[in-house]
Amino acid sequence: MEHTGRSYTIKVWRQKNAQAQGSIQTYPLKDISPDMSFLEMLDILNEQLLQKGEDPIAFDHDCREGICGMCSLFINGRAHGPLTTTTCQLHMRSFENNETIFIEPWRAKPFPVIKDLVVDRTAFDRIIQAGGYVTVRTGSAPDANEILIPKAIADEAMDAASCIGCGACVAACKNASAMLFVSAKVSQLALLPQGQSERKQRAERMVAQMDAEGFGACTNTGACAAECPKQISLVNIARLNREYLSAKISSDNVEEYVPIK
Amino acid sequence: MNWFTRTLTSSIGRKLVMSLTGLFLCSFLVVHLIGNFQLLKTDSGEAFNAYAKFMTTFPLIKFISYGLYAGILLHIIQGILLTLENGKARPVAYAYSKAGDTSSWASRNMGLLGTVIFLFLAGHMTQFWGRMHFGEMPMVNLANGDSVKDLYKITMEAFAQPIMVALYVLAMVALAFHLLHGFKSAFQTLGLTHKKYTPTIETLGYVFAIVIPAAFAVIPILVFLMTNK
Ligand code: SF4
Ligand code: FES
Repeated sequence: MEHTGRSYTIKVWRQKNAQAQGSIQTYPLKDISPDMSFLEMLDILNEQLLQKGEDPIAFDHDCREGICGMCSLFINGRAHGPLTTTTCQLHMRSFENNETIFIEPWRAKPFPVIKDLVVDRTAFDRIIQAGGYVTVRTGSAPDANEILIPKAIADEAMDAASCIGCGACVAACKNASAMLFVSAKVSQLALLPQGQSERKQRAERMVAQMDAEGFGACTNTGACAAECPKQISLVNIARLNREYLSAKISSDNVEEYVPIK
Repeated sequence: MNWFTRTLTSSIGRKLVMSLTGLFLCSFLVVHLIGNFQLLKTDSGEAFNAYAKFMTTFPLIKFISYGLYAGILLHIIQGILLTLENGKARPVAYAYSKAGDTSSWASRNMGLLGTVIFLFLAGHMTQFWGRMHFGEMPMVNLANGDSVKDLYKITMEAFAQPIMVALYVLAMVALAFHLLHGFKSAFQTLGLTHKKYTPTIETLGYVFAIVIPAAFAVIPILVFLMTNK
Protein backbone atom coordinates (compact mmCIF):
# COMPACT_ATOMS: atom_id res chain seq x y z
CA MET A 1 0.00 0.00 0.00
CA GLU A 2 1.31 3.43 -0.91
CA HIS A 3 2.14 5.33 2.24
CA THR A 4 2.76 8.99 1.68
CA GLY A 5 2.37 9.93 5.31
CA ARG A 6 0.29 13.09 5.23
CA SER A 7 0.12 15.59 8.07
CA TYR A 8 -2.98 17.33 9.36
CA THR A 9 -3.97 19.85 11.99
CA ILE A 10 -7.08 18.51 13.67
CA LYS A 11 -9.34 21.05 15.37
CA VAL A 12 -11.94 19.16 17.30
CA TRP A 13 -14.74 19.98 19.74
CA ARG A 14 -13.95 18.67 23.22
CA GLN A 15 -16.61 18.65 25.89
CA LYS A 16 -16.35 16.56 29.08
CA ASN A 17 -20.05 15.91 29.50
CA ALA A 18 -23.48 17.31 28.73
CA GLN A 19 -23.20 20.05 31.36
CA ALA A 20 -19.60 21.10 30.76
CA GLN A 21 -18.55 24.04 28.64
CA GLY A 22 -16.86 22.76 25.49
CA SER A 23 -14.19 24.25 23.25
CA ILE A 24 -12.23 23.56 20.08
CA GLN A 25 -8.86 21.86 20.76
CA THR A 26 -6.02 21.57 18.28
CA TYR A 27 -4.04 18.37 17.68
CA PRO A 28 -1.25 17.98 15.14
CA LEU A 29 -1.25 14.59 13.42
CA LYS A 30 1.50 13.01 11.27
CA ASP A 31 1.94 9.93 9.08
CA ILE A 32 -1.61 9.52 7.93
CA SER A 33 -2.21 7.36 4.86
CA PRO A 34 -4.61 8.78 2.26
CA ASP A 35 -6.18 5.30 2.10
CA MET A 36 -7.21 5.45 5.72
CA SER A 37 -10.85 6.11 6.49
CA PHE A 38 -11.68 9.25 8.43
CA LEU A 39 -12.65 7.23 11.48
CA GLU A 40 -9.36 5.29 11.31
CA MET A 41 -7.59 8.63 11.39
CA LEU A 42 -9.51 9.45 14.59
CA ASP A 43 -8.62 6.00 15.99
CA ILE A 44 -4.94 6.80 15.47
CA LEU A 45 -5.30 10.21 17.08
CA ASN A 46 -7.06 8.56 20.03
CA GLU A 47 -4.27 5.98 20.46
CA GLN A 48 -1.77 8.80 20.58
CA LEU A 49 -3.88 10.59 23.18
CA LEU A 50 -4.15 7.42 25.25
CA GLN A 51 -0.37 6.91 25.11
CA LYS A 52 0.04 10.43 26.47
CA GLY A 53 -2.45 9.61 29.22
CA GLU A 54 -5.09 11.97 27.86
CA ASP A 55 -8.80 11.35 27.45
CA PRO A 56 -9.54 10.00 23.94
CA ILE A 57 -12.04 11.85 21.73
CA ALA A 58 -15.50 10.32 22.00
CA PHE A 59 -17.27 9.85 18.65
CA ASP A 60 -20.13 7.68 17.44
CA HIS A 61 -19.63 4.79 15.03
CA ASP A 62 -20.84 1.24 14.60
CA CYS A 63 -21.00 -0.61 11.27
CA ARG A 64 -18.33 1.45 9.51
CA GLU A 65 -19.88 0.38 6.23
CA GLY A 66 -22.40 3.13 5.64
CA ILE A 67 -25.54 1.31 6.69
CA CYS A 68 -26.24 1.97 10.36
CA GLY A 69 -26.27 5.76 10.57
CA MET A 70 -24.32 5.94 13.82
CA CYS A 71 -21.29 7.88 12.62
CA SER A 72 -21.96 11.60 12.55
CA LEU A 73 -19.48 14.51 12.62
CA PHE A 74 -19.62 17.96 11.06
CA ILE A 75 -16.32 18.05 9.17
CA ASN A 76 -14.92 21.23 7.66
CA GLY A 77 -18.27 22.95 7.65
CA ARG A 78 -20.22 20.05 6.13
CA ALA A 79 -22.28 17.20 7.58
CA HIS A 80 -20.24 14.00 7.09
CA GLY A 81 -17.49 16.06 5.44
CA PRO A 82 -17.01 17.13 1.83
CA LEU A 83 -18.65 14.05 0.23
CA THR A 84 -22.28 13.00 0.52
CA THR A 85 -21.29 9.64 2.01
CA THR A 86 -21.44 8.81 5.70
CA THR A 87 -18.31 9.71 7.67
CA CYS A 88 -17.24 6.05 7.87
CA GLN A 89 -17.12 5.99 4.07
CA LEU A 90 -15.01 9.13 3.89
CA HIS A 91 -11.27 8.67 3.33
CA MET A 92 -8.29 10.85 4.06
CA ARG A 93 -7.65 11.19 0.32
CA SER A 94 -10.48 13.74 0.37
CA PHE A 95 -8.18 16.06 2.35
CA GLU A 96 -5.02 17.81 1.19
CA ASN A 97 -1.70 17.25 2.88
CA ASN A 98 -1.22 19.78 5.74
CA GLU A 99 -4.91 20.70 5.72
CA THR A 100 -6.60 21.94 8.88
CA ILE A 101 -9.65 19.81 9.58
CA PHE A 102 -12.48 21.05 11.80
CA ILE A 103 -14.55 18.36 13.50
CA GLU A 104 -17.70 19.34 15.37
CA PRO A 105 -20.71 17.47 16.71
CA TRP A 106 -24.17 17.78 15.10
CA ARG A 107 -25.59 21.05 16.35
CA ALA A 108 -29.28 21.09 17.22
CA LYS A 109 -31.22 21.75 20.40
CA PRO A 110 -32.90 18.31 20.23
CA PHE A 111 -29.45 16.67 19.75
CA PRO A 112 -27.62 17.68 22.94
CA VAL A 113 -23.92 16.83 23.19
CA ILE A 114 -23.25 13.92 25.54
CA LYS A 115 -19.47 14.04 25.27
CA ASP A 116 -17.08 15.51 22.70
CA LEU A 117 -18.58 14.58 19.31
CA VAL A 118 -21.30 12.26 20.59
CA VAL A 119 -24.82 13.67 20.56
CA ASP A 120 -28.05 12.24 21.86
CA ARG A 121 -30.24 11.36 18.88
CA THR A 122 -33.06 9.68 20.80
CA ALA A 123 -35.35 12.49 19.64
CA PHE A 124 -35.52 10.53 16.36
CA ASP A 125 -36.50 7.38 18.24
CA ARG A 126 -39.35 9.21 19.93
CA ILE A 127 -40.59 10.53 16.59
CA ILE A 128 -40.66 6.95 15.26
CA GLN A 129 -42.38 5.84 18.45
CA ALA A 130 -45.04 8.49 17.88
CA GLY A 131 -46.22 7.00 14.60
CA GLY A 132 -43.57 5.27 12.51
CA TYR A 133 -45.12 1.83 12.74
CA VAL A 134 -47.81 -0.33 11.14
CA THR A 135 -50.31 -2.70 12.69
CA VAL A 136 -49.73 -6.22 11.47
CA ARG A 137 -51.54 -9.50 11.87
CA THR A 138 -49.52 -11.85 14.00
CA GLY A 139 -49.50 -15.60 13.38
CA SER A 140 -48.00 -17.57 10.55
CA ALA A 141 -45.91 -15.70 7.99
CA PRO A 142 -47.99 -14.37 5.09
CA ASP A 143 -47.27 -15.64 1.59
CA ALA A 144 -44.89 -13.54 -0.45
CA ASN A 145 -46.60 -11.13 -2.83
CA GLU A 146 -49.94 -11.67 -1.13
CA ILE A 147 -50.41 -7.92 -1.34
CA LEU A 148 -49.66 -6.69 -4.83
CA ILE A 149 -47.67 -3.48 -4.99
CA PRO A 150 -46.74 -1.91 -8.33
CA LYS A 151 -42.98 -1.91 -8.90
CA ALA A 152 -42.79 1.90 -9.22
CA ILE A 153 -44.51 2.38 -5.85
CA ALA A 154 -42.40 -0.29 -4.20
CA ASP A 155 -39.26 1.42 -5.49
CA GLU A 156 -40.38 4.83 -4.25
CA ALA A 157 -41.19 3.43 -0.82
CA MET A 158 -37.84 1.63 -0.76
CA ASP A 159 -36.02 4.86 -1.63
CA ALA A 160 -37.68 6.56 1.33
CA ALA A 161 -37.03 3.54 3.56
CA SER A 162 -33.32 3.73 2.89
CA CYS A 163 -33.02 6.59 5.41
CA ILE A 164 -30.62 5.41 8.12
CA GLY A 165 -31.60 8.03 10.69
CA CYS A 166 -28.13 9.54 10.82
CA GLY A 167 -29.33 13.11 11.41
CA ALA A 168 -27.12 14.72 8.75
CA CYS A 169 -30.23 16.46 7.42
CA VAL A 170 -30.77 18.16 10.79
CA ALA A 171 -27.08 18.99 11.11
CA ALA A 172 -26.93 20.54 7.65
CA CYS A 173 -30.17 22.53 7.89
CA LYS A 174 -29.83 26.15 8.98
CA ASN A 175 -33.02 25.65 11.02
CA ALA A 176 -31.98 22.26 12.43
CA SER A 177 -35.18 20.93 10.88
CA ALA A 178 -35.90 17.20 10.90
CA MET A 179 -38.35 17.37 8.00
CA LEU A 180 -36.30 15.20 5.62
CA PHE A 181 -36.01 12.41 8.18
CA VAL A 182 -39.68 12.59 9.19
CA SER A 183 -40.81 12.85 5.57
CA ALA A 184 -38.82 9.73 4.66
CA LYS A 185 -40.35 7.79 7.54
CA VAL A 186 -43.89 8.98 6.79
CA SER A 187 -43.49 8.40 3.05
CA GLN A 188 -42.21 4.84 3.21
CA LEU A 189 -45.41 3.80 4.96
CA ALA A 190 -47.87 6.20 3.32
CA LEU A 191 -46.94 4.78 -0.09
CA LEU A 192 -47.66 1.16 0.82
CA PRO A 193 -50.98 -0.60 1.43
CA GLN A 194 -49.71 -1.82 4.81
CA GLY A 195 -49.38 1.75 6.00
CA GLN A 196 -52.92 2.90 5.26
CA SER A 197 -54.67 2.16 8.56
CA GLU A 198 -52.55 4.61 10.57
CA ARG A 199 -51.86 6.94 7.67
CA LYS A 200 -53.51 10.11 9.01
CA GLN A 201 -52.61 9.59 12.64
CA ARG A 202 -49.01 8.87 11.64
CA ALA A 203 -48.52 12.18 9.83
CA GLU A 204 -50.22 14.12 12.63
CA ARG A 205 -48.38 12.49 15.49
CA MET A 206 -44.92 12.35 13.98
CA VAL A 207 -45.03 16.04 13.06
CA ALA A 208 -46.37 16.95 16.51
CA GLN A 209 -43.57 14.98 18.17
CA MET A 210 -41.01 16.56 15.83
CA ASP A 211 -42.25 20.03 16.83
CA ALA A 212 -42.28 19.12 20.53
CA GLU A 213 -38.66 17.97 20.34
CA GLY A 214 -37.68 21.47 19.24
CA PHE A 215 -36.55 20.90 15.66
CA GLY A 216 -36.90 23.99 13.46
CA ALA A 217 -39.44 24.48 10.67
CA CYS A 218 -38.53 23.67 7.07
CA THR A 219 -37.71 26.66 4.88
CA ASN A 220 -36.96 24.54 1.81
CA THR A 221 -33.29 25.46 1.53
CA GLY A 222 -32.56 21.95 0.29
CA ALA A 223 -29.37 21.58 2.35
CA CYS A 224 -30.72 18.35 3.89
CA ALA A 225 -31.19 16.52 0.60
CA ALA A 226 -27.84 17.82 -0.64
CA GLU A 227 -26.11 16.24 2.38
CA CYS A 228 -28.19 13.08 2.84
CA PRO A 229 -25.97 10.00 2.43
CA LYS A 230 -28.98 8.03 1.21
CA GLN A 231 -30.16 10.61 -1.35
CA ILE A 232 -33.57 11.04 0.28
CA SER A 233 -35.26 13.57 -1.99
CA LEU A 234 -37.17 16.78 -1.25
CA VAL A 235 -40.17 15.21 -2.95
CA ASN A 236 -40.70 13.40 0.35
CA ILE A 237 -40.98 16.70 2.21
CA ALA A 238 -43.66 17.87 -0.22
CA ARG A 239 -45.44 14.57 0.36
CA LEU A 240 -45.22 15.01 4.13
CA ASN A 241 -46.74 18.50 3.79
CA ARG A 242 -49.61 16.99 1.80
CA GLU A 243 -50.04 14.08 4.21
CA TYR A 244 -50.03 16.34 7.24
CA LEU A 245 -52.33 19.05 5.91
CA SER A 246 -54.85 16.62 4.44
CA ALA A 247 -54.79 14.55 7.64
CA LYS A 248 -55.45 17.71 9.66
CA ILE A 249 -58.38 18.62 7.44
CA SER A 250 -59.99 15.18 7.27
CA SER A 251 -59.05 13.14 10.35
CA ASP A 252 -61.56 12.97 13.19
CA ASN A 253 -58.88 13.55 15.80
CA VAL A 254 -59.46 16.77 17.75
CA GLU A 255 -57.45 15.89 20.86
CA GLU A 256 -54.25 17.70 21.65
CA TYR A 257 -51.19 15.50 21.13
CA VAL A 258 -49.29 14.64 24.29
CA PRO A 259 -45.60 14.42 23.37
CA ILE A 260 -43.56 11.36 24.32
CA LYS A 261 -40.90 12.32 26.89
CA MET B 1 -56.38 26.07 21.31
CA ASN B 2 -58.58 23.87 19.16
CA TRP B 3 -57.43 21.53 16.39
CA PHE B 4 -57.56 24.31 13.82
CA THR B 5 -55.36 26.84 15.62
CA ARG B 6 -53.03 24.03 16.69
CA THR B 7 -52.66 23.09 13.03
CA LEU B 8 -51.90 26.66 11.99
CA THR B 9 -49.31 27.06 14.76
CA SER B 10 -47.52 23.78 14.03
CA SER B 11 -44.29 24.05 12.06
CA ILE B 12 -46.01 22.98 8.83
CA GLY B 13 -49.04 25.16 9.61
CA ARG B 14 -46.89 28.26 10.00
CA LYS B 15 -45.25 27.47 6.70
CA LEU B 16 -48.69 27.06 5.14
CA VAL B 17 -49.56 30.58 6.27
CA MET B 18 -46.26 31.88 4.87
CA SER B 19 -46.83 30.25 1.50
CA LEU B 20 -50.47 31.29 1.08
CA THR B 21 -49.88 34.89 2.13
CA GLY B 22 -46.70 34.96 0.04
CA LEU B 23 -48.50 33.86 -3.11
CA PHE B 24 -51.30 36.33 -2.41
CA LEU B 25 -48.74 39.13 -2.10
CA CYS B 26 -47.24 37.99 -5.42
CA SER B 27 -50.60 38.58 -7.10
CA PHE B 28 -50.71 42.03 -5.51
CA LEU B 29 -47.31 42.85 -7.00
CA VAL B 30 -48.76 42.32 -10.47
CA VAL B 31 -51.73 44.61 -9.80
CA HIS B 32 -49.50 47.29 -8.28
CA LEU B 33 -47.12 47.10 -11.23
CA ILE B 34 -49.91 47.59 -13.75
CA GLY B 35 -50.87 50.76 -11.87
CA ASN B 36 -47.29 52.02 -11.86
CA PHE B 37 -47.13 51.79 -15.64
CA GLN B 38 -49.70 54.64 -15.78
CA LEU B 39 -46.90 56.90 -14.53
CA LEU B 40 -45.13 56.53 -17.86
CA LYS B 41 -48.03 57.94 -19.90
CA THR B 42 -47.34 61.43 -21.20
CA ASP B 43 -50.70 62.80 -20.04
CA SER B 44 -49.40 64.82 -17.04
CA GLY B 45 -50.73 62.19 -14.67
CA GLU B 46 -54.34 62.03 -15.88
CA ALA B 47 -54.43 58.21 -16.12
CA PHE B 48 -52.37 57.65 -12.97
CA ASN B 49 -54.46 59.97 -10.81
CA ALA B 50 -57.71 58.47 -12.10
CA TYR B 51 -56.31 55.04 -11.28
CA ALA B 52 -55.20 56.15 -7.80
CA LYS B 53 -58.64 57.60 -7.13
CA PHE B 54 -60.28 54.35 -8.26
CA MET B 55 -58.00 52.20 -6.11
CA THR B 56 -58.66 54.23 -2.97
CA THR B 57 -62.39 54.71 -3.32
CA PHE B 58 -63.99 51.81 -5.24
CA PRO B 59 -65.77 49.67 -2.58
CA LEU B 60 -64.69 46.23 -3.84
CA ILE B 61 -61.04 47.32 -4.12
CA LYS B 62 -61.23 48.86 -0.65
CA PHE B 63 -62.54 45.55 0.65
CA ILE B 64 -59.75 43.58 -1.01
CA SER B 65 -57.21 46.05 0.32
CA TYR B 66 -58.10 45.08 3.90
CA GLY B 67 -57.30 41.50 2.94
CA LEU B 68 -54.03 42.77 1.58
CA TYR B 69 -53.09 44.57 4.81
CA ALA B 70 -53.95 41.42 6.75
CA GLY B 71 -51.86 39.36 4.33
CA ILE B 72 -48.85 41.62 4.71
CA LEU B 73 -49.13 41.62 8.51
CA LEU B 74 -49.57 37.85 8.72
CA HIS B 75 -46.62 37.25 6.42
CA ILE B 76 -44.43 39.56 8.52
CA ILE B 77 -45.54 38.25 11.92
CA GLN B 78 -45.27 34.59 10.92
CA GLY B 79 -41.92 35.32 9.29
CA ILE B 80 -40.57 36.85 12.49
CA LEU B 81 -41.91 34.00 14.64
CA LEU B 82 -40.49 31.36 12.30
CA THR B 83 -37.09 33.04 12.14
CA LEU B 84 -36.92 33.31 15.94
CA GLU B 85 -38.02 29.72 16.52
CA ASN B 86 -35.73 28.33 13.86
CA GLY B 87 -32.84 30.19 15.46
CA LYS B 88 -33.64 28.58 18.80
CA ALA B 89 -33.38 25.12 17.25
CA ARG B 90 -29.60 25.58 17.01
CA PRO B 91 -28.43 27.27 20.23
CA VAL B 92 -24.73 26.55 19.57
CA ALA B 93 -23.56 27.62 16.11
CA TYR B 94 -20.93 25.75 14.13
CA ALA B 95 -17.43 27.18 14.45
CA TYR B 96 -16.92 26.44 10.79
CA SER B 97 -19.79 26.18 8.32
CA LYS B 98 -19.86 25.89 4.56
CA ALA B 99 -23.59 26.30 4.17
CA GLY B 100 -23.04 27.82 0.73
CA ASP B 101 -22.05 24.39 -0.63
CA THR B 102 -25.49 22.94 -0.12
CA SER B 103 -28.04 25.75 -0.30
CA SER B 104 -28.55 29.07 -2.06
CA TRP B 105 -27.78 32.36 -0.34
CA ALA B 106 -31.34 33.63 -0.85
CA SER B 107 -32.84 30.51 0.75
CA ARG B 108 -30.74 31.04 3.88
CA ASN B 109 -31.46 34.76 4.14
CA MET B 110 -35.21 35.08 3.66
CA GLY B 111 -35.50 36.81 7.04
CA LEU B 112 -32.85 39.37 6.18
CA LEU B 113 -34.31 39.98 2.71
CA GLY B 114 -37.76 40.24 4.22
CA THR B 115 -36.51 42.82 6.71
CA VAL B 116 -35.05 44.96 3.91
CA ILE B 117 -38.37 44.74 2.04
CA PHE B 118 -40.26 45.58 5.23
CA LEU B 119 -38.15 48.68 5.90
CA PHE B 120 -38.71 49.78 2.34
CA LEU B 121 -42.42 49.12 2.67
CA ALA B 122 -42.64 51.17 5.85
CA GLY B 123 -40.99 54.14 4.15
CA HIS B 124 -42.89 53.65 0.91
CA MET B 125 -46.26 53.50 2.66
CA THR B 126 -45.58 56.58 4.77
CA GLN B 127 -44.41 58.48 1.71
CA PHE B 128 -47.31 57.62 -0.61
CA TRP B 129 -50.05 55.52 0.94
CA GLY B 130 -50.07 57.34 4.29
CA ARG B 131 -50.06 60.76 2.71
CA MET B 132 -52.73 59.76 0.20
CA HIS B 133 -55.01 58.45 2.97
CA PHE B 134 -54.31 60.74 5.90
CA GLY B 135 -51.98 63.55 4.84
CA GLU B 136 -52.09 66.88 3.02
CA MET B 137 -52.32 66.39 -0.72
CA PRO B 138 -52.26 68.87 -3.62
CA MET B 139 -55.48 68.65 -5.68
CA VAL B 140 -55.84 68.48 -9.43
CA ASN B 141 -58.76 68.44 -11.86
CA LEU B 142 -59.25 65.45 -14.13
CA ALA B 143 -60.51 65.88 -17.73
CA ASN B 144 -64.03 64.90 -16.57
CA GLY B 145 -63.99 67.71 -14.03
CA ASP B 146 -63.41 65.56 -10.91
CA SER B 147 -61.07 67.11 -8.40
CA VAL B 148 -58.68 64.39 -7.15
CA LYS B 149 -55.57 64.14 -4.99
CA ASP B 150 -52.50 64.67 -7.15
CA LEU B 151 -50.50 61.53 -6.32
CA TYR B 152 -48.81 61.87 -9.71
CA LYS B 153 -47.13 65.13 -8.65
CA ILE B 154 -45.97 63.65 -5.32
CA THR B 155 -44.52 60.62 -7.10
CA MET B 156 -42.75 62.65 -9.75
CA GLU B 157 -41.21 64.91 -7.12
CA ALA B 158 -40.08 61.92 -5.02
CA PHE B 159 -38.30 60.19 -7.87
CA ALA B 160 -36.63 63.34 -9.09
CA GLN B 161 -34.26 62.74 -6.15
CA PRO B 162 -31.45 60.25 -6.87
CA ILE B 163 -31.46 58.89 -3.28
CA MET B 164 -35.12 57.86 -3.61
CA VAL B 165 -34.44 56.09 -6.86
CA ALA B 166 -31.41 54.32 -5.38
CA LEU B 167 -33.30 53.08 -2.31
CA TYR B 168 -36.16 51.92 -4.49
CA VAL B 169 -33.88 49.95 -6.79
CA LEU B 170 -32.08 48.43 -3.80
CA ALA B 171 -35.37 47.25 -2.34
CA MET B 172 -36.31 45.70 -5.68
CA VAL B 173 -33.04 43.75 -5.70
CA ALA B 174 -33.92 42.39 -2.24
CA LEU B 175 -37.41 41.57 -3.50
CA ALA B 176 -35.95 39.69 -6.46
CA PHE B 177 -33.82 37.47 -4.23
CA HIS B 178 -36.74 36.98 -1.83
CA LEU B 179 -38.93 35.79 -4.70
CA LEU B 180 -36.18 33.68 -6.24
CA HIS B 181 -36.49 31.33 -3.28
CA GLY B 182 -39.97 32.19 -2.06
CA PHE B 183 -41.99 31.49 -5.17
CA LYS B 184 -40.99 27.87 -5.66
CA SER B 185 -40.71 27.33 -1.91
CA ALA B 186 -44.40 28.23 -1.51
CA PHE B 187 -45.41 25.41 -3.84
CA GLN B 188 -43.16 22.92 -2.05
CA THR B 189 -44.74 23.89 1.28
CA LEU B 190 -48.22 23.40 -0.14
CA GLY B 191 -47.10 19.94 -1.24
CA LEU B 192 -47.74 20.92 -4.85
CA THR B 193 -44.92 19.05 -6.49
CA HIS B 194 -45.33 16.92 -9.55
CA LYS B 195 -42.96 15.51 -12.14
CA LYS B 196 -44.89 17.24 -14.91
CA TYR B 197 -45.55 20.65 -13.37
CA THR B 198 -42.74 21.40 -10.92
CA PRO B 199 -40.15 22.27 -13.58
CA THR B 200 -42.62 24.76 -15.10
CA ILE B 201 -43.43 26.24 -11.69
CA GLU B 202 -39.73 26.67 -10.96
CA THR B 203 -39.04 28.36 -14.29
CA LEU B 204 -42.08 30.57 -13.84
CA GLY B 205 -40.81 31.47 -10.37
CA TYR B 206 -37.40 32.52 -11.66
CA VAL B 207 -38.95 34.59 -14.46
CA PHE B 208 -41.39 36.21 -12.01
CA ALA B 209 -38.61 36.92 -9.50
CA ILE B 210 -36.56 38.78 -12.09
CA VAL B 211 -39.10 40.39 -14.41
CA ILE B 212 -41.46 41.85 -11.80
CA PRO B 213 -38.87 43.61 -9.58
CA ALA B 214 -36.98 44.73 -12.69
CA ALA B 215 -40.14 46.27 -14.12
CA PHE B 216 -40.83 48.02 -10.81
CA ALA B 217 -37.26 49.35 -10.68
CA VAL B 218 -37.29 50.65 -14.24
CA ILE B 219 -40.19 53.05 -13.60
CA PRO B 220 -38.52 55.35 -11.01
CA ILE B 221 -35.37 55.31 -13.13
CA LEU B 222 -37.37 56.52 -16.14
CA VAL B 223 -39.19 59.09 -14.00
CA PHE B 224 -35.83 60.34 -12.78
CA LEU B 225 -34.50 60.63 -16.33
CA MET B 226 -37.70 62.35 -17.50
CA THR B 227 -37.78 64.90 -14.66
CA ASN B 228 -34.03 65.65 -14.75
CA LYS B 229 -33.77 66.19 -18.48
S1 SF4 C 1 -32.98 11.68 5.64
FE1 SF4 C 1 -30.85 11.23 5.01
S2 SF4 C 1 -29.64 12.65 6.24
FE2 SF4 C 1 -31.64 12.55 7.23
S3 SF4 C 1 -31.50 10.96 8.76
FE3 SF4 C 1 -32.25 9.96 6.91
S4 SF4 C 1 -30.40 9.22 5.87
FE4 SF4 C 1 -29.70 10.70 7.39
S1 FES D 1 -20.67 3.76 11.17
FE1 FES D 1 -22.50 2.87 10.39
S2 FES D 1 -23.02 4.33 8.83
FE2 FES D 1 -21.08 5.03 9.48
